[in-house]
Amino acid sequence: MQTFPRWKIWLILAVLAVSLMGSLPNITTVPSWWPSALSKPMSLGLDLKGGIHLVLDVDVDKAVSHSVEEDIDTARQTLRKAKIRYRALNNDGMNLNITIKKATDLAAAEALLKETFLNYELSPAVENRFTLTLKDSVAQETKKFAVDQAIEVIRGRIDALGTTEPVIVKQGTHRILVQIPGYEDSAHAKQLIGRTAELQFKLVDEKGDLDKAMSGSIPAGDIIMYGPAKIVNGQSKRQPYLLKKHTELSGSEISDARVSIDSRFNEYAVTLKFNSKGSRRFDKLTAAHVGERFAIILEGIVNSAPVIRERISGGSAQISGSFSPAEAHDLAIILRAGALPAPVKVVEERSIGPSLGQDSIDQGMNSIIIGIVLVLLFMGIYYRMFGMVANVALLFNMVLILAIMSMIGGTLTLPGIAGIVLTIGMAVDANVLIFERIREELFIGKTPLAAIDGGYNKAFSTIIDANITTLIAAIVLFQFGSGPVKGFAITLSVGILASMFTAITVTRAIIAMSTERRSRIEKLSI
Amino acid sequence: MQLIRPDINIDFIGKRKLAMMISALMILISLGALTFQGLNFGIDFTGGTLVEVKFDKAVNIADVRAALSPKGYGNATIQEFGSPEEIMIRVQNKGNEESSTISTAILDVLNEKFTADSVEMRRVEFVGPQVGDELTKAGIMAVLIAMLAILVYVTFRFEFRFALGADAALLHDITIVMGIFALTGKEFTLPVIAALLTVIGYSLNDTIVVFDRIRENFAANRKRKTPADEIIVTNESVNQTLSRTLMTSFTTLLVVAALFILGGEVIHDFAFALIVGIMVGTYSSIYIASPVMLSLAGRFKSNEDELRAMEARP
Repeated sequence: MQTFPRWKIWLILAVLAVSLMGSLPNITTVPSWWPSALSKPMSLGLDLKGGIHLVLDVDVDKAVSHSVEEDIDTARQTLRKAKIRYRALNNDGMNLNITIKKATDLAAAEALLKETFLNYELSPAVENRFTLTLKDSVAQETKKFAVDQAIEVIRGRIDALGTTEPVIVKQGTHRILVQIPGYEDSAHAKQLIGRTAELQFKLVDEKGDLDKAMSGSIPAGDIIMYGPAKIVNGQSKRQPYLLKKHTELSGSEISDARVSIDSRFNEYAVTLKFNSKGSRRFDKLTAAHVGERFAIILEGIVNSAPVIRERISGGSAQISGSFSPAEAHDLAIILRAGALPAPVKVVEERSIGPSLGQDSIDQGMNSIIIGIVLVLLFMGIYYRMFGMVANVALLFNMVLILAIMSMIGGTLTLPGIAGIVLTIGMAVDANVLIFERIREELFIGKTPLAAIDGGYNKAFSTIIDANITTLIAAIVLFQFGSGPVKGFAITLSVGILASMFTAITVTRAIIAMSTERRSRIEKLSI
Repeated sequence: MQLIRPDINIDFIGKRKLAMMISALMILISLGALTFQGLNFGIDFTGGTLVEVKFDKAVNIADVRAALSPKGYGNATIQEFGSPEEIMIRVQNKGNEESSTISTAILDVLNEKFTADSVEMRRVEFVGPQVGDELTKAGIMAVLIAMLAILVYVTFRFEFRFALGADAALLHDITIVMGIFALTGKEFTLPVIAALLTVIGYSLNDTIVVFDRIRENFAANRKRKTPADEIIVTNESVNQTLSRTLMTSFTTLLVVAALFILGGEVIHDFAFALIVGIMVGTYSSIYIASPVMLSLAGRFKSNEDELRAMEARP
């Protein structure tokens, strides 16, 4: 056997040194001069650490129809200003429908609408009725913006929980992944995240007849909304209100929200502070409508409708109700963080309590340790000296996997641990292939050194073929798997790649070094 | 130590008719179980809610059901999970109800009935109906694409009939593993799909090692003056690789058994699928892949140039 190339030995030593350094942060705290760019301790997945894992679906279509709805106001004002009278003004989905009263106004209306609604396609009038359709590119932009904004809002709400390192990222086009490590109150988290927190201030139509409206004839520009359900005489009842459709002020004009005590009833309440624009509008609104009522509408339900006794210039308002301290606290959080631009729905949840995570870590580590010990014993007994060499390679392999996972910033999950356990069993496969081949070569009468050479050379292409097919399965798994299953695919792939290096190159080097000094070898310990 | 001598010669291929019959029977039983019993799909695919709780002492499943019944969850699947203190509750999605709050309702009821201090939330999983559909599609796609990719790779490295032999063995393995899941009523979840794909990779690994030797021996055989029959050469190859096939399966089974016994309830079914898959995969790489490959001899007659090109490959 010719001498084993020196550079390969240096390469192996270099890999060993780097992987020992790379895996060290997982085992002990490293000194401050340690190159932190090299590797960080492997982070644990939520299934090991415990915490909340939610996938939210943003109702982006709602965001689009919402923005179309808002444009009705613009249409109304524009037409009024131009003194063009309209018969009907409504929206459905991505369309704004405008019916003009007089045919003589059609040309002027068309020019005006074209000029005002640049984001819409205007189709020619049919029986005095124009249809404006929101441009597709604008709709897409609105959807994207809604998701991005929802992420910001949800981040604000979760930050208020005071947990460390929550993850809030976009997943696909209209989903959001939320992970809150170390937090276990899944009900509270879902409640806090799921609320739209849409806040509106509308005037009560004091001249309108509520009873008539309830029986069907709602005055133009008005809307009926309800208060919270109350149990009266064993029956659930909701107070109806006849309100002006137009929203005078909304939650976006709030700069702060704090829990306070309502001095009249000694109850918990939330005090809102408007920003400067909101303060000005609130000031004008209250000045113009003294003696009337304005309704505070939270998430589509009329919270209260106090009478405006005098002009309010301070720029603050109070939301009261029979809140518990926790409810008031949550309400303040979501109002501060702002309203969601569109409703969100939890479509997937995988939350793990802290004790299960710790159990999984313990059980996973036990499996790894017992698995390694069993394989080490078996290899040592079955292949003797050569088995011991394979064992050194196996341990090297473990360090290498740990180092690679730390360097690529991988996350360890429970299926990931399973992947490592499986790798232990399969990593020795390359050595089994080589050793069996060496035994065969010896059997047909080759000298020990020739048998080693033959064994390694002939087993090589088999090892490559066999491992590539396993890699194919692992890559497909990574591509199609979700969440924790991906962790399994990653550790399995890393393990396979690492094992090709350790089981072939490292064992070969050890065997070559121990045989090259000797001119003749009578018998192999295999 | 050497349990299998290098000159071992068992007539595997000669028994291929018997093996085929055994396999056909197992596949038939599996298909029957899959059709009539069906898989016990987990919430990953059906959608639904799973709540795992740990009580401070052993608890009666009937008591848990009695607590849940008034809230309309009386028909939930309630079972012990690993120990008598741990209970797993599964509920299907309902039509209109905001399903993500079911877990909250269940935990509230349990906290109320058994006092909050004695109940601990271990795990809450919820899969909405849409996500369930997506995961099902992704799972089926993953298995199909893995099989296709392998077909392409093996055709490229070997010959088309080898690829078909390999894929036949894989289908055989997957069908039987799934059949056993249907028969035992074990929950079929996303991790089990991961296990299936691993079995595909593993079984193929085994098959490839045998094929590699067959290719090597076929090449040597053609150079002989009086080439032996393909069947004999194939049987020799299976025997030559036998000790490796069994040794590797043994070491892998060792570690997977460690996972099965020590890995905890969450990973239990995953490890179970691997154990079954590795055993079936080892069997199929000996008895299924090569015989199928042999039975296709001449169907896809490659011309001399192609044969030479194949031999030239490393």
